[in-house]
Amino acid sequence: MEPYTSLNLIREDLKSGKITCCELVEYYLKNIEDHKYLNAFLEVYTEEAQETAKKVDVKIKEGTAGPLAGLVVSIKDVLCHLDHGLQASSKILEGFQSQFNGTAVQRLIDADAIIIGRTNCDEFAMGSSNENSAFGPVLNAIDNERVPGGSSGGAAVSVQADMCLVALGSDTGGSVRQPAAFCGVIGLKPTYSRISRHGLMAYASSFDCIGLLAKNVDSIAATLEVIAGKDDYDSTVSQKPVPHYSQNLTPDSEYKIAYIRETMEAEGINEEVKAKTVEAIEKLKSNGHQVDAVDFPLLDYLLATYYILTTAEASSNLSRYDGVKYGFRSPHTHDLESMYKKSRSEGFGHEVKTRIMLGTFVLSASYYDAYYTKAQKVRRMIRDETKKILSKYDFIVLPTSPTTAFKLGEHSEDPLEMYLADLFTVQSSVSGLPTISIPNGKDNGGLPIGLQIVSDDFQEEKILAFSNYLINLN
Amino acid sequence: MNIDKDLLNKIAHLARLEFDESTAEEMMADMTKILTWVEKLNELDTDNVEPLTTMSHEVNVLREDEVKPHLSHERALKNAPKKDSDYFRVPKVLE
Amino acid sequence: MIDTSVREKYTAVIGLEVHAQLLTKTKIYNTDANAYGHSPNTNVSVITLGHPGTLPKLNKKVVEYAIKMGLACGCDISREQIFDRKNYFYPDLPKGYQLTQDRTPICMNGHVTVFPKNGEPRDITLNRIHIEEDAGKSIHLAGETDSLVDFNRAGVPLIEIVTEPAIRSSEEANSFLTEVRKLVRYLDICDGNMEEGSLRCDANISVMLKGSTTLGKKVEVKNMNSIRNVQRAIDHEIERQIAEIEKGNTIFSETRTFDAATGTTAGMRTKEELNDYRYFPDPDLSPLIVSEEWLKEIEATMPSLPNDLLAKYVKEFNLPEYDAQVLTDTKEIAAYFEALCGKTSNYKAASNWVMGPVKSYLNDSNENIEDLSVTPENLAEIIQLVDESKVSFSAASQRLFPAMLKGDGQSALATAESLGLIQDSDSDSIGELIDEVLAAFPDKVAAYRKGQKGLIGMFMGEVMKKSNGSADPKITNELLRNKLA
Repeated sequence: MEPYTSLNLIREDLKSGKITCCELVEYYLKNIEDHKYLNAFLEVYTEEAQETAKKVDVKIKEGTAGPLAGLVVSIKDVLCHLDHGLQASSKILEGFQSQFNGTAVQRLIDADAIIIGRTNCDEFAMGSSNENSAFGPVLNAIDNERVPGGSSGGAAVSVQADMCLVALGSDTGGSVRQPAAFCGVIGLKPTYSRISRHGLMAYASSFDCIGLLAKNVDSIAATLEVIAGKDDYDSTVSQKPVPHYSQNLTPDSEYKIAYIRETMEAEGINEEVKAKTVEAIEKLKSNGHQVDAVDFPLLDYLLATYYILTTAEASSNLSRYDGVKYGFRSPHTHDLESMYKKSRSEGFGHEVKTRIMLGTFVLSASYYDAYYTKAQKVRRMIRDETKKILSKYDFIVLPTSPTTAFKLGEHSEDPLEMYLADLFTVQSSVSGLPTISIPNGKDNGGLPIGLQIVSDDFQEEKILAFSNYLINLN
Repeated sequence: MNIDKDLLNKIAHLARLEFDESTAEEMMADMTKILTWVEKLNELDTDNVEPLTTMSHEVNVLREDEVKPHLSHERALKNAPKKDSDYFRVPKVLE
Repeated sequence: MIDTSVREKYTAVIGLEVHAQLLTKTKIYNTDANAYGHSPNTNVSVITLGHPGTLPKLNKKVVEYAIKMGLACGCDISREQIFDRKNYFYPDLPKGYQLTQDRTPICMNGHVTVFPKNGEPRDITLNRIHIEEDAGKSIHLAGETDSLVDFNRAGVPLIEIVTEPAIRSSEEANSFLTEVRKLVRYLDICDGNMEEGSLRCDANISVMLKGSTTLGKKVEVKNMNSIRNVQRAIDHEIERQIAEIEKGNTIFSETRTFDAATGTTAGMRTKEELNDYRYFPDPDLSPLIVSEEWLKEIEATMPSLPNDLLAKYVKEFNLPEYDAQVLTDTKEIAAYFEALCGKTSNYKAASNWVMGPVKSYLNDSNENIEDLSVTPENLAEIIQLVDESKVSFSAASQRLFPAMLKGDGQSALATAESLGLIQDSDSDSIGELIDEVLAAFPDKVAAYRKGQKGLIGMFMGEVMKKSNGSADPKITNELLRNKLA
């Protein structure tokens, strides 16, 4: 079977009988088996996927199949799937099985998508390299000595190595976009609140978004329109109707695009990344689009704002992992206090503990105003300034990451080095804006480079249409 | 911001975490480094800026007072690290 | 016991925090049933248990009930509210944080009027009323190394009513709780049952020398499961603090627990540092905006409040204050009385009937006034019969009322007739009977006229016999005297 990237094509071939879902699933299962060493999957639902495929094939014949029939999808180990293991790649959820389907997962199932497995990630989605997993790192398929990015490293690799068509991940500070860039695939973080967070394990509640990875825009569009939209459980989810993204991929003839001068001059930006970004800008100009440099002096303050606020929310969101109701309880405990402390200290990994400590600190009474309130104020400034730019321009473009995929272990010593990897992605997370990362060539070593496109709230249609256009320009 | 042993212990207790000698050293160093780094925000004048407290575009998202199906008793206790047929069990709270 | 002269040197300063469980069908942030007494861990959901990936969604009824309480207490209703997380660890707190309102309580200020036994009615100022969720229950059994946790109660909606430190005595505290209990029952938002835990109270108590402007250190007292025990605990704690101060010791801020058996408070093992709850705005609940319209809708559904009815009964119906208090003691009695007063304008009689025969019957039979077969309409008919002298009050209360309690649906008049209770008030027919009696006892008539006035009783008896008890005694007496003169 030739690798598919387009869901449209798959559906055509299923309709014509050229392929069946069962064959599709076998194809992906084989790839999963062949690429086991990449450690992208924590669990593969072999029998289940095969069973579902059979059922969907029957439905296709009867003409009753849902809009995602033929889609084989992987889900990140932070998405609740009834009666399936769910661990956030952490020891603290050893043996835990989710007791419900999250909204996004339920909608996939209802639309006849086939969930083929759950993917490895950084523990509790905290990380930029997938090296923080309790189950070992994920390897980048292009170069096995390099990281795939994080935290949705497994998700990105599952798409990269053709182990599924679309992957669901989560993006809090760049966790879908950055691995997409490192792996040479497309990664979309929709507007905050576009997709319900019911069933997404919380890391930082006002930043968390379910994100999508694929090699083709139409696959992302088709999946997004099924899983997005209001539900009965999430109080923050947008009540706005969901457009038919997959039917509206026609681009405009002319766009006004901005790029942020400070990103190109950032310390630590790789020369080749910079060069490829400039190339993309030039290509846009030569195709008749207006591309202007704009200033964004708040760039220097993005990461601090992000880390203060996300660690604060995380420290609270992770309090529920206490060994009482579910998950890991340390065997070395003799009273309540030691049960809490040992279970949590033994169950959580180093990075998670560091962020919990930081978050607890910034929320503590004596420091709350100096850190937390301050960061909330700067957040408003960042969002306002970014939206100001987008009131004058259709998009902001910028590189996804300052570097290409780095080597395993390269940033393990200094947490700050790792945090800098997020420099270009956090702006959209702090502002809640929809952003996509598309492949933008490779460096001289053959490592993929990503380009981000940011639009104003709820303009996923526009971003998807433009991304499709830009990808096809290359 | 310098994190010393006292402050580390206070924060760790609030977070129900514990550290031994070596991991405590590492944590203090990491926290000090990161907190000093984020203090960069003090360079900005935010006097007339309101804190952003919600990213939701919605207000008054409320539900009707109607009972919906529950989680079964079995499922409720299913993942419990220690339990009996009715209750979750934890080491006794010492008062 | 300390000497009165010592006690009088000091003023007690008391603040109360009252938690009331709301009578909604479902919990505050999710759709589990809000019910008491079910098997452990059966009214739970993934949201209640704080499973990974779960989110809260606010119950509209909870907001309405809280606003009702705020309106009843004359509070300012906050128009823009958010919710906060109060972070701490305890086995019965599934998420490791409680969703509450710290910054923007739904109601602010307001007051509750107290009627202490040995004092003047006074308004106790409230600081706030806010909405929050209850925790589950931890059960500690003797002889076990484990505590048992039941999450049925986790997520039950609460309003927390916080007073200013404006209460000055245990009687005032008693009255405060009594009034709050009355209010929440009137509003139908809580059943106000301290023994079952649907109403709970913690007290903050300090003392200071009279005339001083510096407040003493306040001590929190918990674990008082009845209004009586709150009063006892406050009395004890005030004495304890005064005794300590008189000895030259300092009072330090702490939490003490009340022991109902001994009537004393004891220190709980204190933690080295106070808990830091790290309140911050919850990012999962949407902001709550209370519009003018919504507020008006809720105002329109408010019932008459006890103190408003009390004022009406005293000022407009001219009833004594004591009567008015009895008649407004519960919503159900007040409703009955209100309905009754809609059918009769003899408010005093209505009051006597409800406070007398009706209450008496209810006490003996344990029935609820809502189930009484003698409806307000029925009772109004009875009152009218008595007013028109068709039935004497004693006949009405001793025979007619009990008969109608059997509830055969007949009107008061019909029942009275069937029991032969209708008095003859017709002067002519009574006059005829009198003439017959006087004619039958000519010597007695003569004796009466000669000075034996006591014989009037005998004549009365004969007339009553002849009329089978139905002659109106008042008219009979009058006519007899006239005819005998």
